[in-house]
Amino acid sequence: MIEGISIQLILTFTTLLFFIGLYGFLTRTNLIGMLISLELMLNSEAVNFVAFNQYLYPGKLQGSIFSLFIIALAAAETALALAIILQVFKMTGSTDVKEVKDLKY
Amino acid sequence: MESILFYILAVIILTAALFTVTTVKIYRAVLYLLIALLGIAGLYFLMDYDFMGAVQLSVYAGGVMVLFVYAVMLTEKVGEPVRKIALFRRIIAAVTVLLLMGLALYAIWNFDFPTASNNKPTTINRVGEVLLSTGDGGFILPFEVISVLLLSVMVGAIVIAKSKKSKIENHD
Repeated sequence: MIEGISIQLILTFTTLLFFIGLYGFLTRTNLIGMLISLELMLNSEAVNFVAFNQYLYPGKLQGSIFSLFIIALAAAETALALAIILQVFKMTGSTDVKEVKDLKY
Repeated sequence: MESILFYILAVIILTAALFTVTTVKIYRAVLYLLIALLGIAGLYFLMDYDFMGAVQLSVYAGGVMVLFVYAVMLTEKVGEPVRKIALFRRIIAAVTVLLLMGLALYAIWNFDFPTASNNKPTTINRVGEVLLSTGDGGFILPFEVISVLLLSVMVGAIVIAKSKKSKIENHD
């Protein structure tokens, strides 16, 4: 809990962060760029969970643990996605979404 | 004092995030993302959740960042701008995003949150106890499941990224 900051302010901040990430996800044509925008969105979610936990139920830990799991899942997803992107680059010579029309042939 | 820190961090994070999604050079986007992630780690420290801040610093700002930097260096021509979509489509995306954002902000500012008054920091001791507790409200099962998931992701990433035979040899 931050002194002098209401939960609405924190949620406003995470909402802005989330929709900046969404804008990036919609406008990027590069696979890595899209993944970066996704990371921004996931981070704003994790901050949301921690804020709810600290402001609404300070004695419990459900939200805090959930944000830990979000980080673990995000790291796993990034590793797999980057491996796939590397493989796509080997096949098509580019990481632009235009080249990725089909997965195997 | 803490509220001033929050505003400073918020401005830094949002600026870095905006540059992350608008810069035309992908390597710069990665570095701006690093700034945003560091700011968010600061936010966790500010919210009295030290363990999460440390995890954010080591997993995101450390591990995921290294992955991104290597992926960019392996696939992109560093310093060359990436393809951008047409201005018209970017405007459509921005309008959609702004509408959705207005909706979300309206919902947030019109909801009455039952805020608790007592201030309790989340200590590492408590996190460890809850994470490994088998009793009521314990998280031992998700904890074990996620360790299996991480193992399978490790194997999967190695299998996928492993260099196969080139296309020419396959056709023989």
